[in-house]
Amino acid sequence: MASNFSIKHQPGFTAIAATCFVVLYLPIIVLVIYAFNAATSTSEWGGFSLKWFQSAYQNTQVIDATLRSFQIGAIAAVLSTIFATMAALATTRTASYPGLTFKYAAINQPLMVPEIVTAVALLIFFSRIKIFTGYSGLGYLIAAHTAFCIPFAYLPIRARLENMDLTLERAAADLYATPWKTFRRITLPLLWPGILAGLMLAFVISLDDVVITEFVKSGGQDTLPTYMLGQIRRGITPEINAISTAFLLLSVAIVTLFFFVSRKRD
Amino acid sequence: MATAEEVAKAAERREVRDRWLLSAPALLVILLAATGPLLIVVVYSFLAPGPYGDVKWQFSSDAWTSVFLERDIFDDTLSLAAAHVTIFLRSIKLAAVTTLATLALGFPTAYFMATRSEKTRDLWLFLITIPFWTNLLIRTFAVLQIIRNEGIINTILLKLGIVSAPVQILYTDTAILIGMAYVYLPLMVLPIYASMEKLDFRLVEAGYDLYATRFKVLWKIIFPLVKPGVIAGSILVFIPALGAYVTPSILGGGKNMMLSNLIELQFGQGRNWPLGSALSITVMIIVMVALLAYVRNAGKSGVRHG
Repeated sequence: MASNFSIKHQPGFTAIAATCFVVLYLPIIVLVIYAFNAATSTSEWGGFSLKWFQSAYQNTQVIDATLRSFQIGAIAAVLSTIFATMAALATTRTASYPGLTFKYAAINQPLMVPEIVTAVALLIFFSRIKIFTGYSGLGYLIAAHTAFCIPFAYLPIRARLENMDLTLERAAADLYATPWKTFRRITLPLLWPGILAGLMLAFVISLDDVVITEFVKSGGQDTLPTYMLGQIRRGITPEINAISTAFLLLSVAIVTLFFFVSRKRD
Repeated sequence: MATAEEVAKAAERREVRDRWLLSAPALLVILLAATGPLLIVVVYSFLAPGPYGDVKWQFSSDAWTSVFLERDIFDDTLSLAAAHVTIFLRSIKLAAVTTLATLALGFPTAYFMATRSEKTRDLWLFLITIPFWTNLLIRTFAVLQIIRNEGIINTILLKLGIVSAPVQILYTDTAILIGMAYVYLPLMVLPIYASMEKLDFRLVEAGYDLYATRFKVLWKIIFPLVKPGVIAGSILVFIPALGAYVTPSILGGGKNMMLSNLIELQFGQGRNWPLGSALSITVMIIVMVALLAYVRNAGKSGVRHG
């Protein structure tokens, strides 16, 4: 057989793959370029300018929404990661026990239902509670975000745990370490990259949510994505491009970090 | 005195109890802010609409009747609710075509990635992961800027003289389709890549040794082996595409509704929460059927291959 016959070659596949990568990135690149456009219209190029970033920065609605997004994201990410870590410890490295399958199903449930259905369900449920309690703060959004972040935080933590065998923990127990001390000194440090990955994943997921937030939020509780959705519906200015660009930068930074943390095998 | 057996049993019971306690907070939050409210939606779908939204607490099956049927206001006869049926069919069609489009593009891409050297593979994976984790709203907005009348596609077409007036893509079903295929593509590539990465190319080599053509190798060897990934990817794309909210509301304009927009309408201007609830449950049933089909199929075609 000819020496240049590659068993891995399939005609046209490389071309399609190349197209895919170009198509994935091209719109994002165009969006970023237009964030630096001096023109007010989004259809022509008026020279390089940072004025849209400046105008976004001076827009109190944008700043408010950003801070709210961070606040909800941080609280939801920390809570969901703690709960997911506990749940992962309870559902891995064990023989099957009654209720284990139920737990898997329950933890992954938010992934199985279309977001719009969960959003509607929460709208109904929380509007009842609002009437009963009179409370209409950020608590609802935080609860909703924590719930749908749990399965995402759970994934990398569980994956990490499953690759850790029990020998070190058993050795610690043999040496009279209390269960808490074993957890604190052995399990937690080994699990840490998984927990960190889960935390970042949860934060990004919370930060990106549009649908559930849009339905659950009360008046004046816009997060950055719901604020942007409202703006885009009203008509677009390069300010949205500027906000998007800053948002993208943050996401890429977190994902890059996530990638390195979850790839690290020590 | 307890026997050794009793002690062991007690320890086992204690461990199961501890494991329940450990998972309790996660389960509780999900029960309260995800699963539990779904049951309330079921209850709401059997109530009558209140005058200003919300519900009146009296039993009514009207909401379920009007998911697919409508009552004539003059003679009270029931007929097929054309608007709802159209939206259901359009949503299912758009979700299905999106799934096929992402499969057609994603399969070769995953294959390309899996056949790179170990080192560069990570880079390609990273390049697919970035769009996957960037905000869906921003990616939809990026598509909007490309396909609108003043966008880059129309500008190029006009400059080259291929068209004399901008092609209206935005606010059509095609726009929704392009947008969904764009935002969900990574969801198709990642699971196929995961299966493809484990593919044993000695089987491919054996196929060529037995004089199989490239296409035959692809169809009879590679495709069956990565089928679990293909099915997983299809489900991962189909479910969010069916319930897509952001993409149709930005790219579809007001006229081209999908299911999620129809549901939203019932909770907004429509002021018909029971109908919105019944529609939501219907969407969920469609998704459940798709998931069941997936589980059965995955069981049959064997994850054993992987």
